[in-house]
Amino acid sequence: MAKIELQAIRKTFDSTEILKGIDLAIEDGEFVALIGPSGCGKSTLLRIIAGLEPQSSGEVRIDGAQVDGIRPSARNLAMVFQSYALYPHLSVFDNIAVPLRMRRHSTLARMPLVGRLHPARAATERGIREEVERVAAQLELSGFLKRKPGQLSGGQRQRVAVGRAIVRQPVGFLFDEPLSNLDAKLRVHMRAELAQLHRQLRATFVYVTHDQAEAMTMSSRIAVMIEGHIVQVGTPAEVYDNPQDIRVAEFVGSPKINALPGVIREDGGVEVLGWPLGLSTPAAAGRCSVCVRPERMELSSGPSAISGTVLHLENLGAEAFVHIKVERIEMPLLARISPDRQLPAIGSAIQFGFSTTAVRIFDAAGKRIEVTAAARSERIREKAVG
Amino acid sequence: MADALTATTILAGRGAAAVTPARDNSRSWPALAMVAPAIVLMGLLLLGPLLGVIALSFTDYQLGSPRFAWIGFANYEEMLADRVFWISLRNTLTYVAIVVPTAVALGLAVALLIESGSSLRAWYRTIYFLPVMATLIAMSIVWEFMLHPQFGLVNGLLHSVGLEGRSWLQDRGTALYALCVIGVWQALGFNMVLFLAGLVSIPRPLYDAAEIDGAHGAWARFRLVTWPMLGPTTVFVVVITGIRSFQVFDTVHVLTKGGPSKSSEVLIHTMYIEGFEFFRSGYGAALTVVFLVFVLLLTLVKSSLANRGVHYA
Repeated sequence: MAKIELQAIRKTFDSTEILKGIDLAIEDGEFVALIGPSGCGKSTLLRIIAGLEPQSSGEVRIDGAQVDGIRPSARNLAMVFQSYALYPHLSVFDNIAVPLRMRRHSTLARMPLVGRLHPARAATERGIREEVERVAAQLELSGFLKRKPGQLSGGQRQRVAVGRAIVRQPVGFLFDEPLSNLDAKLRVHMRAELAQLHRQLRATFVYVTHDQAEAMTMSSRIAVMIEGHIVQVGTPAEVYDNPQDIRVAEFVGSPKINALPGVIREDGGVEVLGWPLGLSTPAAAGRCSVCVRPERMELSSGPSAISGTVLHLENLGAEAFVHIKVERIEMPLLARISPDRQLPAIGSAIQFGFSTTAVRIFDAAGKRIEVTAAARSERIREKAVG
Repeated sequence: MADALTATTILAGRGAAAVTPARDNSRSWPALAMVAPAIVLMGLLLLGPLLGVIALSFTDYQLGSPRFAWIGFANYEEMLADRVFWISLRNTLTYVAIVVPTAVALGLAVALLIESGSSLRAWYRTIYFLPVMATLIAMSIVWEFMLHPQFGLVNGLLHSVGLEGRSWLQDRGTALYALCVIGVWQALGFNMVLFLAGLVSIPRPLYDAAEIDGAHGAWARFRLVTWPMLGPTTVFVVVITGIRSFQVFDTVHVLTKGGPSKSSEVLIHTMYIEGFEFFRSGYGAALTVVFLVFVLLLTLVKSSLANRGVHYA
């Protein structure tokens, strides 16, 4: 098992810089998810770790040893691809056996016909059979060993790809959006299976995805990549609760975080739509974004801080989303509420507020601003009511 | 070529019709009406002439003659006893046996080389494809000059490295092989284009997976990914090259006329001589039927391979 370190990795494709200096240390046995919008360079970074793509500058170290110029298979990392990349002409057994055969048979023994006459071949082949069968049993594939990938369902193909990865007992696993070709229900199921696999193998997992739900549910740490930079690294809870950049706040969490236009006054107080929030900041005066997660929005029937009209309702059974149109804010705001209570009618006027602890404030450049509760700490809702 | 391909389609169609359970007639006649135009055209343009040729092969009809008589299998009996027929059949099979593997292997090799290189790809593609676009009759004349015993380019080159040239097309021992070389040269470009198309459609992640799995080196990658994934393309290329090689005529007619002393006589050339120079249409038709049987066999091999053995991604 291995520690993977990335130092100042840069990658340029024909004058376009895809990766702009990536530093990341992945500890032994850790499950790190690389997430980010498409085109942020996360797959390129994974391919650089695997050795399928050379970096333009910077270093990759596995267990302290620099691996630049070392072939992918010699790095002893396994990779699971989005398309699974199973060899369609080989049976499930042969697909899983490929990495072992490549490593253990000499070139001569792999020859089409002559190979069968090779003296050591039979013994090696017996060993390979045992290991493939063990892995197949572990992944519940024993009944499908003779089938071709084309005769399997999406989830089974996924498991064959995982089998091909674990059979060689690599020091680390690289996953490139492995669940995005599955339907929603199966994806949830495979999420649990992969997390369990990680606990079982205790191997280092690097997992690339654009689906923040996968990252949140499986990984021990998340690295959020945006436009070629790692903007924030932290546990799922940290990244969700304490985003250091407005792009992180907006990318992580579904539905998206609400951003309200705010102003930092000369005295350090923060206002949103003319209402003082009761927070103060040492940051320079100017415009800012005041962000609140949908579940922290508090609707009230009585008069409250901010008023708007209900634009749309989504009742998902376990939760409901109220889309609220507020004057002077272009995008409708979202509030997540329990459907147990009476849902407001579409088109009706509504008031809402939020606790000061729910607020995350970002400056005009999108960086997080630290705020402290002002001396006269009170909730905006109470203030309005009072 | 087209004849043979469609002929199998028709056979397949018949098979399908036979297994479909009889539906009630009121519902099946609109369906019949809708396929009628295609059936009429196919009958008129393909099946009709085919049956005509088969019928003709049982007559003693001569081109331009006012009458003919049914003579049963006499044409076929004559053919089986004819030394020229056996020579031309053996020559045709030799030609196919040399041209098909060589043109397929070289086409694949050139396609792999072009695909692996990064510069001048379009240029190489054009160069290798030129012979396919050029008129074979005109190119045959160019080859005739190149192979000329006294002032031909080939003998000139051989001479400059100290080797003895030959009169390639006039020598009984080399005429057929010289034609094979021209055949390979002509088929190479077409095969290359088909293989290039096949190569481009192999999913990139398979090569990445092969690299991760430890398939280093060009040979291991070729064995694990390229060759199996090219299976369908290869079957198609082999059959097309096979059928076109069976049809070899232009070069033979322009360069050797089947000579010297029948050493480069091939099936279609014999057919042409019998049918259009000796005007023995009935006998020519019998030769055509034999030719069609071979082409049909090749097509059947292709469709049976396509249905099992070969992987289609």
